[in-house]
Amino acid sequence: MRIRKRWLFSLLAILPVLAIFTYVRIIPIGEILRLSLHKWDILSRNKPFIGFANFIELTRDRLFHEALINTAIIAFGVLIITVPLGIALAALIHHRVKSRFSSFYETSVFIPHVVSLVPAAMAWKWIFDARLGPLNAFLSMFGVQPQAWLFDPVLSIICIIVLCSWQALGYAVLIYLVGFKTLPESLYEAARLDGATGLQSFWFLSVPMLKPISLYVSVVTLVSAFNVYAQVYVLASDAQGAPGRQVRVMVLDMLENSFRNYRVGYAASEAVVLLLIVLILTYVQFSLLRDRRTK
Amino acid sequence: MTDTQPQSHPRGDDGRRLTPKERMTNLGIDVVLFTFGLLMILPLVLLVANAFKTPQEMLSWPPTIIPSNPTLDNFSAVLAETPLLTWIFNSLAFALCSAVAILITSTIAGYVLAKFPSKTMGAIFAVILATAIVPFEVYMIPLYFAAQSLGILNSLWGLLLGYLVMSFGIFLIRQNVIQTIPDELLEAARIDGAGEIWIFIRIVLPLLRGALGALFVLAFFQAWTAFAWPLIVATTSSSYTIEVGLALFQTGFTVDLGRLSAASAIVLVPSVVLFLILRKNFVQGMASTGLKE
Repeated sequence: MRIRKRWLFSLLAILPVLAIFTYVRIIPIGEILRLSLHKWDILSRNKPFIGFANFIELTRDRLFHEALINTAIIAFGVLIITVPLGIALAALIHHRVKSRFSSFYETSVFIPHVVSLVPAAMAWKWIFDARLGPLNAFLSMFGVQPQAWLFDPVLSIICIIVLCSWQALGYAVLIYLVGFKTLPESLYEAARLDGATGLQSFWFLSVPMLKPISLYVSVVTLVSAFNVYAQVYVLASDAQGAPGRQVRVMVLDMLENSFRNYRVGYAASEAVVLLLIVLILTYVQFSLLRDRRTK
Repeated sequence: MTDTQPQSHPRGDDGRRLTPKERMTNLGIDVVLFTFGLLMILPLVLLVANAFKTPQEMLSWPPTIIPSNPTLDNFSAVLAETPLLTWIFNSLAFALCSAVAILITSTIAGYVLAKFPSKTMGAIFAVILATAIVPFEVYMIPLYFAAQSLGILNSLWGLLLGYLVMSFGIFLIRQNVIQTIPDELLEAARIDGAGEIWIFIRIVLPLLRGALGALFVLAFFQAWTAFAWPLIVATTSSSYTIEVGLALFQTGFTVDLGRLSAASAIVLVPSVVLFLILRKNFVQGMASTGLKE
């Protein structure tokens, strides 16, 4: 009797949550897979099944290639800035954890990660501004010619990488700090007695021991950078009548196909490619972790 | 002096006195970290400062941090030109409702998945974990059409549809229930004749207070900073969230830097203050995301 009542309670409690979860997560994920195999232009009523035709078209779509390459460059650019800088900063902050400023160090690095994206991006847009921005003014003190940061095809991608790294760094530092706290103090003591310098302990003890965390931070950073959109939207949109150069990224291309060109099926196939990239990155992380465990 | 007050000497983690060289190194590290920290927040500080500047002063080099001629013109202009307060209200309502919804769904699901183990529950949890790695941007388009067929575009409900559940929240609560609530406690209550709902509300929820606080803050900031979903779901000026409103406002032809900075400052300052107040909860919640795997 009591067992049945408990079973009934657990079922009744989880069913509404499960219904919502199914409606807002599982069905849309299923839908995106289904739509990617169909041709659906919002205006037409029928959605004929066309197999992999959308994906075949993607391999020839110049705009999609541009988006894929830009997004990959941005993602790996953010990765190679954020992860090394994150572990180094976390090591220094962890070393000075007893300093009276330690909470300032932590908070100041973390704030860019939590503040609203758009206002923060606007601060950087002003910094990069060719005419009014302090970056050009600063560089001119060293005789550097003013650059059109947000208009040049190469420089505008660098600007996006800087903005995204500035935001992603706080999360990396935070996760590394958690990692540093789990490392055994005695090991460092032993290394010090053997005459190891702080730098040597960092390189030969911390870095190898934090490898699982580095893998995790790398994958999270890459995945979120592959979904970059708001930063591009703000930096590239026109202000004061001067249109910025549009840096095409995957989410932007997808939304454009879906809501401007009304090609929902085609946009869905782009979403599936994005999903595949995320799955591959996650798979690589897990297999690297497993390699380490079996060794 | 030093003999009577040995504590005043800087010491290492093991309690031994630091050599002068080590103290110099520590000082150097402090300088590096302090400078770096200032540089990290400098863009935001300058943005807030710009909000109080006259157009002339904004062009001056080097940029001033404390305006020499502070003015509120930018604020009054932006408040007169845009429904900024409506956008802030929309964002606030969206973030609060989303946080409450995520708290409710995560707590119920997390508790049931932790304390009523069965094959079915195991399968449900596996599905939730599997969907957790799918980024929102991937299934955003079908979700948009779901909102459209429900007729809730351009409304708070439409915004909420994407932010009712959080896979990580369910996971976080489940872990916390397993770690902090022993089966014996629940059994004892049942033997005393307590009903399952009473147990959940009176015993389980109070014990989860810390985790609930962290999850609430995490969910609130997630909705507060959401961009792509509000951008496609809310397309009328009166339904914009502050992020979308600002992003579209800055594309206007007549917009100048002062007004943009003022609008940004109105959004930034409260969220930074809120973050500083809730920092402990936030960091706890964020840090636990790293223990996912």
